[in-house]
Amino acid sequence: MALTDQLFGIHGASLALRSQRLATLASNIANASTPNYKARDIDFGKALDLATGGATGENGTGDVSQAATAATAYRVPTQTSLDGNTVELSTEQTAFAENAVQYRTTLSFLQDRLGTVMQAIKGE
Amino acid sequence: MTPMTLSVFDIAGRAMSAQLVRLNTTASNLANAGTLSSSKEGAFRAIKPVFQAVGEKPGVATVKVNSVVASTTEPTRRHDPTNPLADKNGDVWEAGVDGPAEMVEMLETARQYQNNVQVLQTAKQLTLDTLRLDK
Repeated sequence: MALTDQLFGIHGASLALRSQRLATLASNIANASTPNYKARDIDFGKALDLATGGATGENGTGDVSQAATAATAYRVPTQTSLDGNTVELSTEQTAFAENAVQYRTTLSFLQDRLGTVMQAIKGE
Repeated sequence: MTPMTLSVFDIAGRAMSAQLVRLNTTASNLANAGTLSSSKEGAFRAIKPVFQAVGEKPGVATVKVNSVVASTTEPTRRHDPTNPLADKNGDVWEAGVDGPAEMVEMLETARQYQNNVQVLQTAKQLTLDTLRLDK
């Protein structure tokens, strides 16, 4: 764990969290027509702070799954519906697309880092 | 990790199955719209799936069809003595199906199925990109 943290910084935990948020948003979209289903979302900044220690300089728990659970909250709908469902597809789809792009961004950070490390190892 | 962890593929895949059940009920309702019966009890009534969320962790849940129930739309009585199905009063009973509502249901089902397909495609692409991380 320590070695990967030194190698990848926050991007390892970030990628895992992005993947968890993807599952949460997918759950919301899957339950778009389930009566009484309450949409949830992960507060990404809060979860990342919990997992890595964030700006406080403290050591984080390192447990991404636990951090994601702690930072999960119910979505506040802009309009309530008669069947008690709080999924608003426009909100969920926007968040899903945003999350997918940010997952890719984290991936490219990791890719660059891997490239740098490989270059150092090979000495080219 | 719990032994049964839902992946994005499980979530979207099972949601697609549920939407397909919904599409099937809509199809049979539309197919039976306008069918006649000689009694109120024998007349067709629209069937509806009941969706239920399934998940063991907060924020991660897929959906299943809990049951398929007959709707409360009453069959309509029509006076048609020449019809061979007419009862002794000369009435026939037309299936309790709300045609326009079923069409709307069909469109909504199709859209939500597509949403899940899109989720699946994005998840697949991201997984493949992660696999090719060192290339």
